[in-house]
Amino acid sequence: MARIAGVDLPRDKKIQYALPYIFGIGANNARKLLAETGVSPDTRVRDLRDAEVARLRQVIERDYKVEGALRTDVAMNIKRLMEIGTYRGARHRKGLPVRGQRTHTNARTKKGPRRAIAGKKKPLLKK
Amino acid sequence: MGRSVKKGPYVEPSLLEKIRVLNERNEKKVFKTWSRRSTITPDFVGHTLAVHNGNKFIPVYVTENMVGHKLGEFAATRLFRGHSARGSAAEREAEAAAPPPKA
Repeated sequence: MARIAGVDLPRDKKIQYALPYIFGIGANNARKLLAETGVSPDTRVRDLRDAEVARLRQVIERDYKVEGALRTDVAMNIKRLMEIGTYRGARHRKGLPVRGQRTHTNARTKKGPRRAIAGKKKPLLKK
Repeated sequence: MGRSVKKGPYVEPSLLEKIRVLNERNEKKVFKTWSRRSTITPDFVGHTLAVHNGNKFIPVYVTENMVGHKLGEFAATRLFRGHSARGSAAEREAEAAAPPPKA
């Protein structure tokens, strides 16, 4: 079982596609990482040699900010925006889109499921 | 796309000059500015600027971690008072146009 940065990698996937299971390692970082450590991208996780896993772990620890540390970083950035009184901070506080998207319709990812507005009638359907 | 690093941050030249004079004299004075597009540089820290929001001037006290943001980010241009308590605006309009039959 390959455990890197506190995450169990899926055993049956190729290492190239298993590495992105780590928060902070995307497809691009995974490719770079494998090139740097000289691990073949096509190796299945269960077939990795211990030395290869150790090398990956070592490079990730040295050069990448992943998982908990990265999550704290992101949270801190958002907190900073809220504390210094920016528009973006206010949007985060209200749970609305931050980057100027429309909110008349859509924006359901940020706003969550629709909430019914009491007393609002549906517009009549056109024939 | 962000601004080219080569050019450096944009600050209204007149604003920069004003800050420079204030720093030279070691003064702190609130002054009005309309230049919401200006980036806050480290020289601004500790000053208070009155940033125009299209209607009024909002006093903005600049702290260290505001550096790199634009002045406009700290003076909101929209005032949201919340939605009406009863019915939507469209519904009330319809009611006004055709009042419900009385007696």
